[in-house]
Amino acid sequence: MKHNYPTYGILAEFDDPNALIAAVRRAREEGYTAMDAYTPFPVEGLAEEIGFHHSRLPLVVLIGGIIGCAGGFFMQYYASVISYPLNIGGKPLNSWPAFIPITFEMTILVAALAAVFGMLALNGLPMPYHPVFNVERFVFATRDQFFLCIESRDPKFDRGRTKEFLQSLQPLEVSDVPW
Amino acid sequence: MSMGNKRTHLDLAKFRGRLQKSGGREYWKSLEDLWEDPEFSALIGQEFPQQAMRSANGFDRRNFLKLMGASIALGGLAACSRPAGVIVPYVDKPEEIVPGRPLFFATAMAMGGFGSGVLVESHEGRPTKIEGNPDHPASLGATDAWGQASILSLYDPDRSQTVMRLGVISTWTEFQAALQPVLQRLRQQGGAGLRLLTETVTSPTLGAQIEAFLGNHPGAVWHQWEPDSLDNVREGSRLAFGTYTNTVYRFDQADVVVSLDSDFLSSGPGHVRYTRDFMTKRRVRSDRKEMNRLYAIHSTPSPTSSIADHRFAVRPSEVESIARELAAGLGLGASAAAGERAHWIGAIARDLQQHRGASIVIAGPEQPPAVHAIAHAINGALGNSGRTLIHTDSPEVGPVNQLASIRQLAADIDAGSVEALLIIGGNPVFTAPADLAFGERMNRVPFRVRLGDDYDETSLVSHWHLPQTHYLEMWSDVRAFDGTVSIVQPLIAPLYNGRSPHELMALLNDDANEPYEIVRSHWRRQAGAGFDQLWRESLHRGAIAGSPLPARALTAAMPPPPDSPAAASPALELVFRPDPTIRDGRFANNGWLQELPKPLTKITWDNPALLSPSTAAKLGLADGEMVRLHHRGVEIEIPVFRVPGHADDVVTLHYGNGRRRVGRVGEGTGFDVYPLRSSAAPWIDSGVRVEKLGRTHPIASTQLHQMLETSDYDRRSLVKSGTLAGYLKDPSLAPHHEEGAPVHHEQGIDEGPTLYPAWKYDGYAWAMAIDTNVCTGCNGCVIACQSENNIPIVGKEEVLNHREMHWLRIDHYYKGTPESPESFHQPLPCMHCENAPCEPVCPVEATSHSSEGLNEMTYNRCVGTRYCANNCPYKVRRFNFFDYSDYATESLKPMRNPDVTVRTRGVMEKCSYCVQRINQARRDSEREGRTIRDGEFTTACAAACPSEAIVFGDKNDPKSLVSRLRAEPAHYGLLVELNTQPRTTYLAALRNPNPEIEAE
Amino acid sequence: MADPTMPHEEAAKPSRFDRAPTIEPGHTFASITDKISSIVLSRRTPFGWYVGFAISFAIVNVLLVSVGVLLLRGTGIWGINNRIAWGFAIINFVWWIGIGHAGTLISAILLLLKQEWRTSINRFAEAMTLFAVACAGIFPLLHVGRPYLAYWLVPYPNTMALWPQFRSPLVWDVFAVTTYATVSALFWFVGLIPDLATLRDRAKSRAFKMVYGILAMGWRGSASHWHRYETAYLLLAGLATPLVISVHTVVSFDFATSVIPGWHATFFPPYFVAGAIYAGFAMVLTLAIPLRKAFGVEDFITMRHLENMAKILLATGLIVGYAYIMEIFFAWYSGNPYEQYMIANRMQGPYRWFYWALIFCNIMTPQLLWFKRVRTSPVILFLVAMVVNVGMWLERFVIVITSLHRTYLPSSWGMYYPTMWDWGLFIGTIGLFLALIFLFVRFLPMISIFEMRTLLPEAEVHEEHQA
Repeated sequence: MKHNYPTYGILAEFDDPNALIAAVRRAREEGYTAMDAYTPFPVEGLAEEIGFHHSRLPLVVLIGGIIGCAGGFFMQYYASVISYPLNIGGKPLNSWPAFIPITFEMTILVAALAAVFGMLALNGLPMPYHPVFNVERFVFATRDQFFLCIESRDPKFDRGRTKEFLQSLQPLEVSDVPW
Repeated sequence: MSMGNKRTHLDLAKFRGRLQKSGGREYWKSLEDLWEDPEFSALIGQEFPQQAMRSANGFDRRNFLKLMGASIALGGLAACSRPAGVIVPYVDKPEEIVPGRPLFFATAMAMGGFGSGVLVESHEGRPTKIEGNPDHPASLGATDAWGQASILSLYDPDRSQTVMRLGVISTWTEFQAALQPVLQRLRQQGGAGLRLLTETVTSPTLGAQIEAFLGNHPGAVWHQWEPDSLDNVREGSRLAFGTYTNTVYRFDQADVVVSLDSDFLSSGPGHVRYTRDFMTKRRVRSDRKEMNRLYAIHSTPSPTSSIADHRFAVRPSEVESIARELAAGLGLGASAAAGERAHWIGAIARDLQQHRGASIVIAGPEQPPAVHAIAHAINGALGNSGRTLIHTDSPEVGPVNQLASIRQLAADIDAGSVEALLIIGGNPVFTAPADLAFGERMNRVPFRVRLGDDYDETSLVSHWHLPQTHYLEMWSDVRAFDGTVSIVQPLIAPLYNGRSPHELMALLNDDANEPYEIVRSHWRRQAGAGFDQLWRESLHRGAIAGSPLPARALTAAMPPPPDSPAAASPALELVFRPDPTIRDGRFANNGWLQELPKPLTKITWDNPALLSPSTAAKLGLADGEMVRLHHRGVEIEIPVFRVPGHADDVVTLHYGNGRRRVGRVGEGTGFDVYPLRSSAAPWIDSGVRVEKLGRTHPIASTQLHQMLETSDYDRRSLVKSGTLAGYLKDPSLAPHHEEGAPVHHEQGIDEGPTLYPAWKYDGYAWAMAIDTNVCTGCNGCVIACQSENNIPIVGKEEVLNHREMHWLRIDHYYKGTPESPESFHQPLPCMHCENAPCEPVCPVEATSHSSEGLNEMTYNRCVGTRYCANNCPYKVRRFNFFDYSDYATESLKPMRNPDVTVRTRGVMEKCSYCVQRINQARRDSEREGRTIRDGEFTTACAAACPSEAIVFGDKNDPKSLVSRLRAEPAHYGLLVELNTQPRTTYLAALRNPNPEIEAE
Repeated sequence: MADPTMPHEEAAKPSRFDRAPTIEPGHTFASITDKISSIVLSRRTPFGWYVGFAISFAIVNVLLVSVGVLLLRGTGIWGINNRIAWGFAIINFVWWIGIGHAGTLISAILLLLKQEWRTSINRFAEAMTLFAVACAGIFPLLHVGRPYLAYWLVPYPNTMALWPQFRSPLVWDVFAVTTYATVSALFWFVGLIPDLATLRDRAKSRAFKMVYGILAMGWRGSASHWHRYETAYLLLAGLATPLVISVHTVVSFDFATSVIPGWHATFFPPYFVAGAIYAGFAMVLTLAIPLRKAFGVEDFITMRHLENMAKILLATGLIVGYAYIMEIFFAWYSGNPYEQYMIANRMQGPYRWFYWALIFCNIMTPQLLWFKRVRTSPVILFLVAMVVNVGMWLERFVIVITSLHRTYLPSSWGMYYPTMWDWGLFIGTIGLFLALIFLFVRFLPMISIFEMRTLLPEAEVHEEHQA
């Protein structure tokens, strides 16, 4: 595909979460908006720093739960009262107390599926290709290094100045992220 | 095996084709040639190698029947061919067969020579079920286990199927060829040296044939032997009256009955009728509050003693002196009672005195003639004869002392005066008294022929074994306990190559007639004019009107006291009794009867020596422990089993088991006790020595725990019982609360406490009420159910693992001391609970309620989680752990009830209230635009029950009998405290003890 | 800028080091990552692994034979009969399901309770859960008379227009167990994603790169991803917590909703849940103690972990003991002769030895855990856990068999004797369980790498940065 910039962005590498957070904060003070940070483990408050605030995931899970609950009960009600009513041991057709366990399990099941697949979908996973992987050192993002990437789609992005700016944060290394 | 089956099926196909081409009368002719065909006999040869029988025993008995697969292709074939002669259905339905619509034919089955009328259900020409004949005095519509099981004997794949000469397949023609010269030679000497050996004969036709033969052969002699014989009864009657007479009892007239070691309710001629009559006097209802009284003086507990109001367990040898003391109490003889028993003997005597003309004293066939004579004398003195009993001529043809008869035969063989021996029926080599060594003696007879059902012990020592027809395959006639004659009409052409005794006698008499003609002509001679009427009527109704023998006025003489009164010896005594299920061994190859739990002990597939708990303790024996019995220089090994209420120092041996040669079911099951049974003392003997072997033998009893109160904290009120007196005080017999037992609240049966609205059953609401007061635990219902519902048998190994499949079982409980406990029988079909615990736990809706309140199994929906069986408090559900139903054996296929599914492996099954009968009745009623009438139909168990203990009907119909029984105060439900609201309910068991004896 | 070689005493929250640490000092992000991932990637597979796997695979074949014979000949090959219609199959099912409770419990509940020490054990505890549930699942399928129709328990539109009977606890089981299996699997996999990414990036061979890469789904540790990831993980934990409680509750309904004395008891659900946690932790200890030794990860799975688990073992053991006492109390207090007989029969009947062995294993033995010496001695702890494993199996045997073999009607009392095929199937599943565990420790990180990183002082975000 055609990009108006030759690179995806510029990647700065740190070896300490605190350094990374400091860097993110400075970058925002500089007025950068399109950036992302990559860490080997969830760093407290980092997402907020780069301007990611609330996730819609809980809502997805809630909806899932409601669907599971209603669907679970209706399935049992339909089967035993409408579709094929049978006299089972003299019990009423709508033995709702006996339907509770399955209703509960269905609630949990659908909600859990919603949580996992919702999370993956919102994260855009699976994602077979991403430019940051083109950077040699990026393999350490899953080991012990912390990365800040200012992306080229940022209006304030300028290959030269952005690089200088990042250098000023004393990272271990600064490198271009080719497409 | 299955490979073998396939191969043989293929081969047989060819022959089958040839057979089908030749229909009707020629059928058997062409079968004759077929036997000649070397190829075919070779084929049959490999199907029945002599060893096959033996190896069968090693085979897992669970699928024993599958062995014979191919051999019976003929069975399926003959099943479609109608019998020769004109047979007449019982009810006036269109004669031509309506597919799917069974016809019923009246005929009669002989047991120990005496006939009992049956109706045979026939589907498209295949007899499938035996019912009682309401018009026959010995049945009145009821049947016993043996009658029910006889249908299986008909289709038994092990039944002898061909003529055998020295163990090699032969033919009737060859036999005739071999017989003629022998007959020729013997005729020249007037028949001298020719001997007939039969069982008890009551068939007028056969009798006439035999007499005709003896007439032409004055030198020939006719012997009789029946191991389960009535010699003591006969000799007793001669002792009392001077001639052989027959006594017919009328228990419906008797208020007090004294049984001197007699099991008149479950064995002997007429026992089915006797049960029916006896119970009419015992049934207690809110509108009929009196009840007869039964004193049982017995050594071995029996169904009769189990329901007795007073049970006195005594050594069999004591019975005679007790009888004399009882007689003395009534002014006969002078042997006054002494000791502690004087008390109750006196009480019984007084009770009898108060019921002159309304009492019966009856002695058992195991007791010596004197006891029978004394009984006759007492009955005479009480003015009972003519009222509660009548004497008639013997229904037998040529009644003899059979023991003497076979002794004579043995002696003559020794004398070398027997040249040819023709054995018609029976199995003397196995059953004759051991000291006669009949097998060895028989070997010395130059020409030995036997006609029999099975290729058995006797066949092995015979030159010629001739296959005998089953009673459902032949024309004949038979007399009942009271002399009533029934014409035996065949339901089906002989499945195999069998012939009836009549045909054999005809052969000897050079009578060319067909069996149909033989019987007909005999009765044509008897009846003269009006024969056709009589013939048609008797075939139609199953009994010849007016044929009961007339009563004879006789006065009994008190037998002289024995010169040496039996001194009570400390030695162990022996009692010989026929096996409660397979009798003298004739039913040994009948799987249904082998697996039928014997009354009281509930033992299957075995016949341990029975003794009392205290005797067992004295000998240091536990159930199943092997012992060696030394007696009269003979010894046998046999396990022992303790029976509460059994007489002390007495060992009961059941003969008939341990067959050496009969078929794969009967061989190797149980223990042969005949070796101990000598001609000197065939019934009661003493001086047996018990040697403990330190081995045990697994005994497959279907009920391991029979004590109601297993311990002081475990008081389960499962059977409601009481005394007549108690009933009169409080008819509901509510158990006392201080016992702390859960109290039966009757209202718990129909509506219990519930949050939910109960289901309404607007149409029919089927229910069953079982009167435990009249149930003797005779097992007739169990086999009826097995036959009606195609219930498989599983074999001893599986029974040991509690996998028996009976849909209906008879629970039996003891209450009180092990010395003299009360017995309670509780038949347990499915309860068809309104709130069935089995249904809500089924994950696949395989068991659910019908609109008429039946708890139904949907076999093809069942996946077999067995949760329902776990959750059934009554444990009436049965699971097919293996492929119990035999799909392989051809001969068993025509036997099955086409209205009932044959269940496969992995499926749960249980009592269905014979839903197929309900549906049949519904179709009939709807066709006629009416509702089902009460009593119009009933379940198989209820139909069979001799004491009418089981009542089935619509509880929504207030007038139905079952509704009225459910309204009885003594009515109760089992485990109703669980709020299962069972549809099957019970009436309490009552006892009517003599206050005089109760007092102490 | 922190020196990664020495721990930041001052930076550390005091709470974390006042007790035995959840991770030995001296570790860095790198060292943790390398150590754990090397077990999978670079380090030579220990010889013991091959031996252990070979043995357990051999036992798996016992399972295959037992199943084959079962399908050919039918459930008749087992000891069950018309009076005791359930036997080993159900006992083992409940036993395995119970064991399968620890994993999710540790992951979910301890997560919600912010118990950091869970971090180093939750991964293989979850794996253990999955494998245990897999073993459990085999039995309900095979114990039915017609296994090829077992799918009829699942609701689906069919030509017979018939549905499962939703009032049946067995159908509840189907839903509970499948839900539990699904959610546990998701939970486990979600936890694995970042570590799979780590393995992807550290794997040398192309094949491994490919496999782990595909499984990692392109995870790159983006801040927003981490954010949603943690939300999802927390929500899953919140869902799994009631689920884990519900599963054994439903299993207990199989018995509690029946009418059989010894089964029909209202306290069964809590009793079963406690028993399940009990059994689960026992099994976690049984696995953890040898594993930490074999793979030298004592500094990740520390004494503190063992001791905490020992305490939970003791606590749940006491609850179970309480349940046993309640069972006796109810029987006596109800005045119901059937209940009373049931208890008496357990103590004095033909199966009394099972009952008293059960008391010894589940009530007596765990009392040792009152002593710190025991709690801190891996060997003794392992033995205690083993005894509890056996005890919990005995408990299910006592519940199923002694209740069924003598119910209401003495006429239908009987005995149950397991056959070689009963044992074959049971032992076979143990083999399957071990085989799966061996494969797991060989091919996946048995300890959650990224969560371990968060335990390091360096992972702490300093106050002055907090906005």
